[in-house]
Amino acid sequence: MTDVAIPWVLELLIAVFLLVGALVALLGTLGLVRFPDFYTRLHAPTKASTLGVGCTLLGSMIYFSVIKEGISAQEVLITLFLFVTAPVSAHMMAKAALHRRVNAVKRTRQTPWSEE
Amino acid sequence: MIAWVIPIALGLFSLGMLFCLYRLAVGPDIIDRVLALDTLMINGIAVIVLADIQMALGIIFEAALLIALMGFIGTVAMTKYLLRGDVIE
Repeated sequence: MTDVAIPWVLELLIAVFLLVGALVALLGTLGLVRFPDFYTRLHAPTKASTLGVGCTLLGSMIYFSVIKEGISAQEVLITLFLFVTAPVSAHMMAKAALHRRVNAVKRTRQTPWSEE
Repeated sequence: MIAWVIPIALGLFSLGMLFCLYRLAVGPDIIDRVLALDTLMINGIAVIVLADIQMALGIIFEAALLIALMGFIGTVAMTKYLLRGDVIE
């Protein structure tokens, strides 16, 4: 930590962003452990982790913009990259799971392979 | 305030990474393990960013960007292999 004085409003904002981000990411990974089958498990981390890490990066962006001169822009790059790639990888994983016919929970209404 | 928020956030992310490790070990299918690895990479980015704030360096964002890149490429390569039986056709 540096000794640069941060205004308390900004400090509160950064702390809230960091805490909310960590809590949301923890909820996402909790869903990864608790949900019953792969298709439901895919929902939790791909959305919640992205939002959680996005909040953390936003807090980091505010922090480094305050203690350093100018706006720090690398976080924007990481955030944009994460927001673009997370849906793509989730889509690829869902396609691979459908291809491998991973078991779904019983009350799933329609599986693509059930009509064959 | 930030000084005691960062260790809490680091602890929460570490707990999340432990959950990911549980899913990585238990499975049951290989695609679950791919998902667990992907989530582990994303949480690793957040841990690197938090450590950067803690140490006030501002220089390890390249590492975070590289981990993001490699995590995405690894996930896509593994799903591609599971889908087609080959990575590059």
